[in-house]
Amino acid sequence: MCGIVGLYLKNKALESQLGALFTPMLIAMTDRGPDSAGFAIYGDEVADGSTKLTLRHPDENYDWDCLASAIKDDLGVTVEWFKNSKVAVFKVGAEVDVVQPYLAENAADILILSAGQSIEILKEVGLPKNIAETFNLASMKGSHIIGHTRMATESAVTMEGSHPFSTGQDLCLVHNGSLSNHNRLREELKREGVTFQTENDSEVAAGYLTNRLRKGDTLNEALTNALKDLDGFFTFTIGTRDGFAVVRDPIACKPAVMAETDDYVAMASEYQALTTLPGIENAKVWEPEPETIYVWERDQ
Amino acid sequence: MKTIDLQKHTVRDLNQALHDQVEECTIREWEVLEPKGQHNIACGLDQNLSVDIKGHAGYFCAGMNKKAHVTIFGNAGQGVAENMMSGTVRVKGDASQAAGATAHGGLLVIEGNAGARCGISMKGVDIVVKGNVGHMSCFMGQAGSLVVCGDAGDALGDSLYETHIYVKGSVKSLGADCIEKEMRAEHIDELTDLLNRAGVEEDPKAFKRYGSARQLYNFKVDNASAY
Repeated sequence: MCGIVGLYLKNKALESQLGALFTPMLIAMTDRGPDSAGFAIYGDEVADGSTKLTLRHPDENYDWDCLASAIKDDLGVTVEWFKNSKVAVFKVGAEVDVVQPYLAENAADILILSAGQSIEILKEVGLPKNIAETFNLASMKGSHIIGHTRMATESAVTMEGSHPFSTGQDLCLVHNGSLSNHNRLREELKREGVTFQTENDSEVAAGYLTNRLRKGDTLNEALTNALKDLDGFFTFTIGTRDGFAVVRDPIACKPAVMAETDDYVAMASEYQALTTLPGIENAKVWEPEPETIYVWERDQ
Repeated sequence: MKTIDLQKHTVRDLNQALHDQVEECTIREWEVLEPKGQHNIACGLDQNLSVDIKGHAGYFCAGMNKKAHVTIFGNAGQGVAENMMSGTVRVKGDASQAAGATAHGGLLVIEGNAGARCGISMKGVDIVVKGNVGHMSCFMGQAGSLVVCGDAGDALGDSLYETHIYVKGSVKSLGADCIEKEMRAEHIDELTDLLNRAGVEEDPKAFKRYGSARQLYNFKVDNASAY
């Protein structure tokens, strides 16, 4: 079943409240996905040439400081970091193609949940309420955020199988539905250099978009191509460094509702998740049309 | 009038109170506050009640309705008035997919747009939509009427039986075995009556009629020997 939610702020004055506005949205989707939950939040950007990573180690007492010192010494770059539960956010003064191979070589037990300049992905097994508390979601700041609550059907309830997935820098996708041509597509994307961490169909959709964006597509173009190349049921909500998008397959049997005011754009699987947003009573509320791409992008 | 606030009472409390009116009707008028998109509001009613829902409703609102008059002052989620038997359900905003699905009777009025599969497998209900309807509307419609004052999406009336469809705007595409038909005097009369009952001001002459061409397998008498 699964629930997906997203919130994109148009009014920058609300950025300090992003986590507080989003927490009840995620918790409202517990009925649709009580097994695990996660979210990708955008904000607190690092400069060009630097990389922000969300890293996870299963041991909550893992020595992140030791890892940070090693990166500093071995790569000769700056490292700032902070810990949040089993996850640490590292801001490294080097390009991602330097940092990622280093981590793969020297810290193979670390899982990279996300990499980019803006994105942080946090996810765990358990009820959305507990996950929001674990990561102190309500205190988080940012420009936009997308989240997922999972009712597992196709693979085990594990942290690795939790959504959202990120396959490229600052790109993240949450998915309600199932794809039918993900196996073939995964093989084609692997040949083109996209890497995958799981056998999950949603990760393939994220990988597909990553590949299209790398080839120079705009977000809109990438999603237009996705409508042609992805077969199956989907409602997607997508985050990029400065963009937010929603798209449903042509059959549109997976639910979605959207709301827009001067302050924000929000999407959810069900309207119940939008009821706590400020001004929702007077918001424009509508069901996104099948096979139609809705995109909001910030000016660079 | 009895008012029930769904932030203070559960949907189950509300529905039980409405069902309690079946044996002996003591309160005719009901008002439901703060629905906040909850599912299954005012389902299974079986009494001549008036129920005003002040806000957006979730899935299956007013499902299985009999005799009651339910008005949603907002949008409705999937399957509003599904399997309705009689009475009236009015949505002041938009309705999501499968509005009026499998409904046997009564009148469903949607003042905004309806999503995909509006009136899917309808079996006698009358549905009047002031706005547009989505794809696959009236799929396998068996009886009753669907009136669309706006446009219809893809595959309208696919595999239709006897449902009458009237559309004022454009039809993106017709489904299998659905064809445009002549608008005769009796159809103008039927449509005039439907629009009047729905309280919708439109010129019946501006509509086109669609129905079954009766060319699919189940319409061929030669296939009767298979049973």
